[in-house]
Amino acid sequence: MTGDLILRVVAKLLMPFMLVFALYVQFHGELGPGGGFQAGVIIAATIVFYGIIFGLGAARRLMPDALVESMVAAGVLLYAGTGIAGLLLGGNFLDYFVLDPDPVHGQERGIFWVEVGVAVTVSGVMIKIFYMFAGRSRAPDAG
Amino acid sequence: MAALVLAIVGMRNLFAVVVLAGIYSFLMATVLVALDAVDVAMTEAAVGAGISTVLLLAALHLTRGEEVRPPRRAVLPLVVSLAVGGALVYGSLGLPAFDDPAAPIHAHVAPRYLDEAKRVTGVPNVVTAVLASYRGFDTLGETTVVFTAGVGVIALLRRRRVSRDPDGERPGNGGAS
Repeated sequence: MTGDLILRVVAKLLMPFMLVFALYVQFHGELGPGGGFQAGVIIAATIVFYGIIFGLGAARRLMPDALVESMVAAGVLLYAGTGIAGLLLGGNFLDYFVLDPDPVHGQERGIFWVEVGVAVTVSGVMIKIFYMFAGRSRAPDAG
Repeated sequence: MAALVLAIVGMRNLFAVVVLAGIYSFLMATVLVALDAVDVAMTEAAVGAGISTVLLLAALHLTRGEEVRPPRRAVLPLVVSLAVGGALVYGSLGLPAFDDPAAPIHAHVAPRYLDEAKRVTGVPNVVTAVLASYRGFDTLGETTVVFTAGVGVIALLRRRRVSRDPDGERPGNGGAS
């Protein structure tokens, strides 16, 4: 796969659009269909696509393992942190109304950060699972 | 879709099974679009047809491409699955009609979400509002489940890879197909 010129060129052309679409799904999710989970999966699909075309090593250079693993944890922390921010500002856990003087804006802000957290965790987990599967050697008796 | 499922069950070539499963996911996504569940359809297309197909192909790369014939015919599992499936179909006959506006599911919290979600949260997509705000605890739990799954995979697979393949980086082995 790594030697196919057409695949390499098309992949390089497509990847920015895939990432932009992921960001659109992420930040437009409040208005149209989409949200953190879908955006995270699309980001992961972009990296998996890159890994398939250019080889696992190239994908690992683009998204190092340490970064992916921290993304797995950072998303959950961001989500829980949004909840704790609500606590610190005098509300309940995951209470977004207190995040902004205007309750509606507070809701929007809370939903935004929560969705970012979901996207980060989901894409991190998906990329990590792909790395793990693709990085293993073939079983000795496999045909 | 039913024909596709029968083909998947009868097929012995696992590569064809994975591809057919991807097609099944895309068909499922179109059904969900027809049901106006665009968010779910998007997830189904991306996860079911995209990521899982790649992961299954990657797993297939590590194992044999042909399913081994079972040593004897599995009669008891067939009976059990037919019985459970029949019971589920029988149970679904008792549900209210799909387009019945008086069904209990439409009378509980759904009208409240639809009425006030946009006003209270400022978010026009009610699905997002329910997921992230009304059901914020559920979604936190789901994110934690995804996190746990990732950590589990890391814990299971990393140890083997270290013992077998110390550097872990092999350019050109990233492809599944």
